[in-house]
Amino acid sequence: MRKILFALFALLAVAGLSAQEFTMVNGAEPTSLDPHAVEGVPEHRIYTALFEGLTINDPRTNRALPAVAESWSFSKDYKTCTFKLRRGTTWSDGVEITADTVVQSWLRKMDPKNAFQYADLPAMYIAGAQEYLDGKAGPESVKIRAVDKYTFEVQLVGPIPFFADMVSHYAFAIVPLHAIEKYGTDWVKPDKMVSNGPFVLSEWKPQEKIVVVKNNKYWDAKNVVLKKITFIANDDINVGYNLYKSGAADWTEAVPLELMDEAKLRKDFHVAPQYGTYYYIFNVTRKPLDDARVRKALAMSINKNDIVNKVTRGGQIAANGFVPPSTGYTPAKGYGYDPATARKLLAEAGYPDGKGFPTLSILYNTSSSHKSIAEFIQAQWKENLGISVNLLNQEWGTYLDTRSQSHNFDIARAGWIGDYLDPSTFLDMFVTGGTQNDGLYSNKTYDELLQKSRETSGNERYQLLMEAEKVLIDQDMAILPLYYYVTQNLIDTDKWDGWYPNPLNVHPWKFIRPKK
Amino acid sequence: MARYFIRRALSVIPTLFIVITLSFFLIRLAPGGPFARERDVPEAILQNLLKRYHMDEPLFKQYLRYMGDILRWDFGPSYRYRDLTVNEIIDHGLPVSMSLGVISLALAVVGGIAVGIISALNQNKWQDYVAVSVAVIGISVPLFVMGPVLQLVFGMRLKILPIGQWVSTHGLKAIILPAVTLAFPYFAYIARLSRASILEVLRSDYIRTARAKGLKESAVVWKHVLKGALLPVVTYLGPAFSGIVVGSIVIESVFLVPGIGRPFVQSALNRDYTLIMAEVVVYSLILIIANLVVDIIYGLLDPRISYK
Repeated sequence: MRKILFALFALLAVAGLSAQEFTMVNGAEPTSLDPHAVEGVPEHRIYTALFEGLTINDPRTNRALPAVAESWSFSKDYKTCTFKLRRGTTWSDGVEITADTVVQSWLRKMDPKNAFQYADLPAMYIAGAQEYLDGKAGPESVKIRAVDKYTFEVQLVGPIPFFADMVSHYAFAIVPLHAIEKYGTDWVKPDKMVSNGPFVLSEWKPQEKIVVVKNNKYWDAKNVVLKKITFIANDDINVGYNLYKSGAADWTEAVPLELMDEAKLRKDFHVAPQYGTYYYIFNVTRKPLDDARVRKALAMSINKNDIVNKVTRGGQIAANGFVPPSTGYTPAKGYGYDPATARKLLAEAGYPDGKGFPTLSILYNTSSSHKSIAEFIQAQWKENLGISVNLLNQEWGTYLDTRSQSHNFDIARAGWIGDYLDPSTFLDMFVTGGTQNDGLYSNKTYDELLQKSRETSGNERYQLLMEAEKVLIDQDMAILPLYYYVTQNLIDTDKWDGWYPNPLNVHPWKFIRPKK
Repeated sequence: MARYFIRRALSVIPTLFIVITLSFFLIRLAPGGPFARERDVPEAILQNLLKRYHMDEPLFKQYLRYMGDILRWDFGPSYRYRDLTVNEIIDHGLPVSMSLGVISLALAVVGGIAVGIISALNQNKWQDYVAVSVAVIGISVPLFVMGPVLQLVFGMRLKILPIGQWVSTHGLKAIILPAVTLAFPYFAYIARLSRASILEVLRSDYIRTARAKGLKESAVVWKHVLKGALLPVVTYLGPAFSGIVVGSIVIESVFLVPGIGRPFVQSALNRDYTLIMAEVVVYSLILIIANLVVDIIYGLLDPRISYK
């Protein structure tokens, strides 16, 4: 009897242990583990396990939660933000993190010599930073400073009430400069890496997996339950889906389009609105797309509900406005499906029943879902407007070159997922001369509205942004929104606690734990 | 023999030189570049990135620099994977891809010849029909269909083999499915090839003589038939090895094998110039050496061939 009891205990112990280990199918091999070089979703997930900035994202709302900073406050005009650092927070090697660590880390990110992608994100908001990034001034021009050992102060380019939310982004990461100085680029290797997040790096097999284990020096270690997380590198979503289904992984993100109907029946498949939009760019410098009536006609002759229900089928939300809705922000109304008005507009523009309309092409990057959507739209335009378009498929690198460098396209597929929860991350793209303004749209009123929004805050600012979106969509239809993205995750929330669907799809690891 | 070998070995150098030169200039003709992103990189950063990787220099100077580095077997930094040098990526992946390739080749050769012998000696009996049917399936079903089907059966339904990942996660079990999938078409082809050549040899005069002088049937098969029948198989080893090495690119993605095949595909999509170049060099070397080895084995087996 005692033997049986002992065996039972041993079994329970093993079961308990394995429940504190977590495996996720993480997508492509990370391009870098250096927080300042991070630029993609798979890297971001590893970053959130290993590192913490001044704040982290709330797992439900994505708003800022205290991390290295235990509190923060704004000046009255929202142009200065002061962070109070938690005393005694250390790196995994015991070295203390102070306000000066934060200053030096941010300067490293923005140092033009280091050439980090996304360095322009902090530079857009911190006073004096753009000059430093452009090489026009030294680091002393950047308005960040350590007031004392535990107080860090930032001066902003304007009133930015969401700044505390933003600093949870990896572009504002805090890094162990003492380790970087000691080991150079090798500091990210498992035997050398020093980090400050809930986990530390234990194993890195390129193209295979990354294993992290609990960091006992983490300031909130007593609340971290998971002992070990394994990130599997994979670039075939079918395999990822199968690994999850077979029980070899606890969480995966992507579901192959062909298996969507099967996935939707699963209880552990979570679909939630994401802060992102799938849209088409019009090249407004080309005839006949330089005519807003034509652009509106094209937009009104697409049944977007059919796209999300029959083509993508993953719970996406048909979009007439561009910015996804969020608290306090109502996107532009846009134009719904109205083929009769569309035909009228096209006739007014000089193409009754599509006669004389040139054959345009839709550019998209290789993917079965982009292709299906383009084919659907091609058919709709034929049916509703009597016009023909060609489909032009290019591999990612070529597509980016055509779209962003040579601008040699009529209509191009695009998608954008917000870096943080603020409409400006969408609307900033379309100012005259903006680097992502690939359709070469230009409208003075729009530019002015956005400029004004940078000098105001609160409700007034949101009003200006909403007005700008009305110009972009309702008035000019410069881009054609198709649907709002959704996050799709497979994770058994009956088994795991602390994981919630959220608009940025960011899930801090310290909260994830087996359900009791 | 030694002189022949040295001459063949030396001929590798101009071949590689041409391959490297052509690849170097061709991959730069593709639109886009290693630092193109959907969210454009700010100009100041882009200039510094180009400087860091010497991409701001004239192309020919870059080429000379590259040739100099490659002579020292230094493939440079990866443009995509910032923490790793290209040498590190190759060093991690090459042993994995090579062991998968060699195991698959061994499976294909041993299995293929065995099935070939059985079906030839039992011509037009049920063993023969089964073997021929399997061979037809093996040759006609592509790797990217065979892989997922085997995953479904052995990984998802029977749950006896892992669906993916490598030895460090699952032990030696992890090799079985990828190796079998990769070997299958070559196994099938070798089975057909050896069956046909065994049948041909069985009808030849020297076999009739061997039997007439009263040799035991087993001695006839093992000593005379097999040696004669193996020649076409050996000739096929060169293409088979190349096919297995290239096919492993597909297999590595399907089974999450951490070899050099997956980075090869990714490097092309990412315009990771240095990594593409290294992959091209390594794959060329493997193929050239494999063909050289086949030539030598061929001479050892066939006394009619002499090396001059």
